Amino acid sequence: MTAVLGLAGFATFLLLLELVPRVGLVSPEYLPPLSEILGALADEVRTAEFWQAVGDTLRGWSLGLLIAVVLGVVVGIFLGIVPVLREFTASTIEFLRPIPSVALIPLAVLVFGTDLGSTLLLVVYAAFWQVLVQVMYGVHDVDPVAQETARSFGMGWWSRVRHLVWPTALPYVLTGVRLAAAVALILAITAELVIGSPGLGNRIGSAQSGGAVATMYALVLVTGVLGVAVNLLARLLERRVLHWHPSVRGEVAV
Amino acid sequence: MTVVLRRIATVVAVPIALLAVWWMTSAQSTSYYLPPLSKILSTFDDVWFNQRFLDDVVPSLLRLLVGFSLALVLGVALGVLVGSSRAVRSYCEPVLEFLRAIPPPVLVPVLMLFAGIGDTMKVLVIVSGCIWPILLNTVEGVRAVDQVLSETCRVYRIGGRARLTTLVLRSASPQIMAGVRQAVSIGIILMVISEMFAASNGLGFTIIQFQRSFNITEMWTGILLLGILGFVLSLAVRAVDRRVLRWYHGQRRTHLGAR
Repeated sequence: MTAVLGLAGFATFLLLLELVPRVGLVSPEYLPPLSEILGALADEVRTAEFWQAVGDTLRGWSLGLLIAVVLGVVVGIFLGIVPVLREFTASTIEFLRPIPSVALIPLAVLVFGTDLGSTLLLVVYAAFWQVLVQVMYGVHDVDPVAQETARSFGMGWWSRVRHLVWPTALPYVLTGVRLAAAVALILAITAELVIGSPGLGNRIGSAQSGGAVATMYALVLVTGVLGVAVNLLARLLERRVLHWHPSVRGEVAV
Repeated sequence: MTVVLRRIATVVAVPIALLAVWWMTSAQSTSYYLPPLSKILSTFDDVWFNQRFLDDVVPSLLRLLVGFSLALVLGVALGVLVGSSRAVRSYCEPVLEFLRAIPPPVLVPVLMLFAGIGDTMKVLVIVSGCIWPILLNTVEGVRAVDQVLSETCRVYRIGGRARLTTLVLRSASPQIMAGVRQAVSIGIILMVISEMFAASNGLGFTIIQFQRSFNITEMWTGILLLGILGFVLSLAVRAVDRRVLRWYHGQRRTHLGAR
């Protein structure tokens, strides 16, 4: 029933996109009917440049996300595991985290120009904090009894991280990855749109300045589809990696 | 006393050390891109605390305030409507999830078509980006209203406005605040981007102008100002959070304590 209603809702949305400009509620110059947008999309997907742009966007997104996740996990575990470090860095993290990454746009332009590097700088900065904070929560969540037990069995630093801290923190890490994946896509496309580094955002910008309104809408829809895909992918990853975790196993069993 | 000193030390030690390192490593800097920190700080008030504060900073903040407030009102109102009925929720949710997945910055060129490059466009961009986290979190919060409380309200014939303010909005407020936190950080991003993309005044416009005319020290003061703005806004959100959700944090503490 839910699925039927959902489909009906989506159909209504598409119908509105077609009818609102046709009836003249909004000028078709500003919002072309859906059929025209889809036509432009069909033209777009036949060009090599479109796929190049999608590839560029995905490359900036995935590379940036990867760097941010690795950095976030390593730094997060390190800071989380040493109480003194956590205490002393808390204020710095609280100060740096809310700095909007778009503040770095002018710096990125100066240092990297319109290369991939500009995209990466923004993506990594924005995604890093999401991962770091979650990892630190996760490390903080380690059961003190298990911690003491591991210590009294003479487990070394590394095996404690590997067998105790990492499994406890993993659900948090994956939450961080899911949040970071969405933020990274936003920042990748922002960098392309504002700085002009290659990718879908850049293509949207040139479609807009070239007056190709239907193409611009088609590309906006594509970014939405990418956004949905990124969310689904992150959720899938979460279920796959945490298949042993009670929260996921409970969901399947019931 | 020593406890207080220690607390102060934990808060300020690392920031001071980092600033000192930046100060000293950049002091002799002749690099064009990295001017000495002392120079950045000394130009800071020349750049920002004059007419420019009224011409660029205040308009930016006003747009952010208006856009965010509209998004809050619209998001909560629509969220209550959508969240109260299961049928409406399943009907709307896929579309809302799709619209939310569109990266908000791509709406800048779209809204430019409708509203030109004036204040209206910028406010619309901020509204259209901030509304999704608030709306979807409100839906989630309204859906999760405690069944017993909801039925108790029905038994006592509490309805209409009283039910809305004392039951629905109250129990959804932790989720709404979570949405507000996300919305504020998206709002700053969109405020800056909409001004960088097309504007004749505002923070984003000024900073990008400094960069284009290679006024590197001034550009750094702008980056610093945006950073401070982000920090101050997050403090403000946290203060509001503490005030509005005092009952919730207290409740959680008792639950955790009882465990």
